Amino acid sequence: MTVAEPRGAALAAEGHLPSERVALVDLLDRLLAGGVVISGDLVLSIADIDLVRISLRALIMSVREGDSVAGVRRHD
Amino acid sequence: MSDVGTYLYAVAMERDSAATQGLTGVAGRAVQAIPHAGLVAYVSAVPLTEFGEEPLRQSLEDLDWLGETARAHHRVVAAVAAKAPIAPVRLVTIYNDEAQVRTLLERRHEAFMEVLAQIADRQEWGVKVYVPPPDDRPAQESAAGGGPGAAYLKKRQAGLHNREEAWRRAIARAELIHKTLESLAEASHLHRPQDPQLSGREDWMVLNGAYLVDEERGQEFGQVVERLRGEGVDLELTGPWAPYSFTTSVEAGAEGEQDDRR
Repeated sequence: MTVAEPRGAALAAEGHLPSERVALVDLLDRLLAGGVVISGDLVLSIADIDLVRISLRALIMSVREGDSVAGVRRHD
Repeated sequence: MSDVGTYLYAVAMERDSAATQGLTGVAGRAVQAIPHAGLVAYVSAVPLTEFGEEPLRQSLEDLDWLGETARAHHRVVAAVAAKAPIAPVRLVTIYNDEAQVRTLLERRHEAFMEVLAQIADRQEWGVKVYVPPPDDRPAQESAAGGGPGAAYLKKRQAGLHNREEAWRRAIARAELIHKTLESLAEASHLHRPQDPQLSGREDWMVLNGAYLVDEERGQEFGQVVERLRGEGVDLELTGPWAPYSFTTSVEAGAEGEQDDRR
């Protein structure tokens, strides 16, 4: 597949995105907010893992605290 | 209790089972396929010394560990997604054993089949839209009197006004771009705009969209992205991705709730 866009063309030629060329932040958008979410009693300590995710968000949010461009957060 | 857990990466239809020889996943562990009930789950056996509750509580706070684990997870998902439609599972989903994974495949069979049908022959593309933040200084130095304090306030107000205006224009432009891209897609999902410190760009990110596009329209989609660029607005295309942003509906069980932005 070819796409008339420099960055996209190179990536599309691969058929998929090799992990080492993916920006971590784009990956985390998808891996922490996307994907199948298994609920119920099957998953090992999902409640605890969810708590961990919340503290991870807190970590990312704490990075955001230094943000001087107030507008960036308005488009949620 | 066993000291090994079963880490789940993705689920596909059993008839599409991909070979997993030589594929390594998180913590350098081999990847295995568990075919069951018409579906196949891709898993690794992982040590609970690293993937148990307590160690995870620590390591998920560690961005190096998180980055490494996310890339390993993605590597497995991308490898199996290259061959067949798959539903990737959220990062760090761990079962006690393979029997539990088989139970999952039975219990959520309908939901998985529904999601796999929706994403078959489609790919996820990411589009981020950036605009440069406006210059804070007003266009012209005010010649009006009133002393330095008043002049400063005037300048500051003009700067804020410029910023508000620029932001409104940027949002309107982003909405237009999203509408255009959405019309080419089967589904769309808006991620939270990335913080400049995480994206590594000072520009305002006014759109962080994901679009589920028919494989045969991928090229067209890329061309449209290219055309929408310009007039001070930069678009960044990423993908094709495995359909991470379009498989969360399995959570809801059999209801198959899809994207709410359409």
